[in-house]
Amino acid sequence: MDLRLVTLPVIVPLFAAVLLAALRAICNSRAADGIALIAAGSSTVFSGIILSASRHQTIVYWLGNWQPRNGIAIGICFAVDPIGAGLATLCGGLTVAALIFSCKYFDRAGTLFHVLMLVFLAAMSGFCLTGDAFNMFVFFELMSASAFALCAYKTEEREALQGAANFAVTNTIGAFLVLDGIALIYARTGALNLAQIGRTLGASRDALTLIAFALITSGFLIKGAVVPFHLWLSDAHAVAPTPVCVLFSGVMVELGLYAVVRFYWTVFSRALPDSTPALQWLFILFGTATAVVGGVMCFAQHHLKRLLAFSTISHMGILLMGIGMMTPQAMSGVWTYLAGHSLVKAALFMGAGILVHQFRTVDEVALKGRCHSWAAGLIFAGGGLALAGLPPFATFFGTAMLEDAAKRSGYGWAPAVIMLAGILTGGAVLRSGMRIFLGIGRGRPLPSSESHDDSEKRGPVSPVMTIPALALLAIALCIGVPRSFRDGILRYAATLQDSGAYASRVLEGTPTPVQTSTSADIEVATIIRSCSSALIAAALGWFALAGRFRGFRRSLAASPVQAMVNGLRSLHSGVVGDYVVWIVAGVVAVGVALMVQL
Amino acid sequence: MIATHWPYGIAAWLFIVGLYGIVTSRNYVHLIMCIAVLQSSTYVLLVTIGYRSGATSPIYANISPDTPAVDPIVQALMLTDIVVEAVVMALLLALAMQIHQRAGSLDPDKIRFLRW
Repeated sequence: MDLRLVTLPVIVPLFAAVLLAALRAICNSRAADGIALIAAGSSTVFSGIILSASRHQTIVYWLGNWQPRNGIAIGICFAVDPIGAGLATLCGGLTVAALIFSCKYFDRAGTLFHVLMLVFLAAMSGFCLTGDAFNMFVFFELMSASAFALCAYKTEEREALQGAANFAVTNTIGAFLVLDGIALIYARTGALNLAQIGRTLGASRDALTLIAFALITSGFLIKGAVVPFHLWLSDAHAVAPTPVCVLFSGVMVELGLYAVVRFYWTVFSRALPDSTPALQWLFILFGTATAVVGGVMCFAQHHLKRLLAFSTISHMGILLMGIGMMTPQAMSGVWTYLAGHSLVKAALFMGAGILVHQFRTVDEVALKGRCHSWAAGLIFAGGGLALAGLPPFATFFGTAMLEDAAKRSGYGWAPAVIMLAGILTGGAVLRSGMRIFLGIGRGRPLPSSESHDDSEKRGPVSPVMTIPALALLAIALCIGVPRSFRDGILRYAATLQDSGAYASRVLEGTPTPVQTSTSADIEVATIIRSCSSALIAAALGWFALAGRFRGFRRSLAASPVQAMVNGLRSLHSGVVGDYVVWIVAGVVAVGVALMVQL
Repeated sequence: MIATHWPYGIAAWLFIVGLYGIVTSRNYVHLIMCIAVLQSSTYVLLVTIGYRSGATSPIYANISPDTPAVDPIVQALMLTDIVVEAVVMALLLALAMQIHQRAGSLDPDKIRFLRW
């Protein structure tokens, strides 16, 4: 493989975006759809080629051929391991699916939508592939800026403006935190290349290193929507156009956690070794809080997109718990779960988008019994069961690996939290599916559409909208089944965590040592437990709707449980100043937890 | 010693003041200016990190190569940062204008478009 290929996943969509912007005046929307699809598709194919090439060897490409001399890197490099390349492929694939979906979703999308989507894809791909800290910051900001614009794309909708403003302010603060952290590390090491920083930093555990780590990690946790940094997410995802939500929830948020992992294992792991209990507890506690808060808030929503947004938050919590366990076994569970969750969540957002397209509302109660499209029903049923961890979805294999790793690392209680989060989020999706497609539970008349004069019912659901979603679900169903996939992920997770080998590979070109490890067998007990958790989720959804439990639900509404949920709800105030206060509190908490270690 | 450390203090102070402004702001345009203050703290930090006392600017056109110069890398980073944030600022101001058009107000506390 020609090494220059490594930059193509970034260059192709960027050039196509520029081309589309230039041709805006003469390009009709179908041609724009075509160009954007070809660009996103080729970016995906290139990422896939890089992925298969990087399986044997971490690929290092020095832009402009600025090779390092004597272990000093002046230039910028792309350092690609299978995890990074796999994420870039995921970004490309979801962008293709979202673009296909948006062909029918928008009445008139306008060419600028495609331009922004392609820039967004280029930034995300670059973020996954680069091996340079400052480069990562720049791609992070490019990704954020295009995301803000995409979030507010429908400027005629007032909610979209508020959601995008909250998203923009909080994530910009996150970017400054990251930049300050990178600057402090540069002051200490004189390096911007991740491998060289890691090597130069060595095992120096001092206040500066810890502060830099706290700043960088907090900044990326804002993007990763971890409690208490998560408040922007439910606003942004509730209002962004559906194809954009597919990418937000499907990959953008996950990339925040990827950056935490990448920075930790290339830069900080020798300064703050894996055995650092404070760090493990920090990640696991934040993850647990995120999983539970996200799950509870998810079940309390009737606005479908907000419901899915909180479900994303909850699953980010599960991933962060896995990251906190720090073993390769746990990390392999994290990557598997991430892949499964991305595909399923993207499909579910498309399902919500189909309902918006047909009925102009995403209020679950107003939609009661209205939709009779079996394809859309299948998306909700499959998606809900997948979130609850039904085998053989990739989310199930991820959960099984995480549970196994948790038991080995002595966090015997963690599987219960993961199961609870799955039941709450899966139950919420299944509940709304039952209400919308089976007509169980209470309903209300459709709201009169304000901004649209065509109040007559839309035509049948277009296969252009359902097929991408069902395809993503099908991939999520199959991807984790082959043993080779799980063994591979375990090897690649271990490769990512081998910071010494990474530094030697990037700075001296030493071949990456081959990791030999096989993933644990899936036990029958795990399969039974996961099936039962999917069943419990379905039962919970039914319990929330069925008339016979009305009295019981009333007494629940008068109990402290409801008061707690209302308290949580009031924290998600929509006022950006409140969100920033929580961010500051979170950064201080991360800093203090680490300072205890000094 | 104090003289070389106080720029770091200024950077930290600007950061905190910027955050305080964002939290307490009652006007979106003012809030965006507070983000600009927050951003200036990153500029001060970057330039301070690259500063060497008694050194010249890093342009080796007609000075000998062993002359001490300040670090050009952080200056490049800062320029990149300025470009990137100019885009974000422009976007945020455009959002603020749109919000003002739709709500007739720029007060973040008064704008409650999001329905739960």
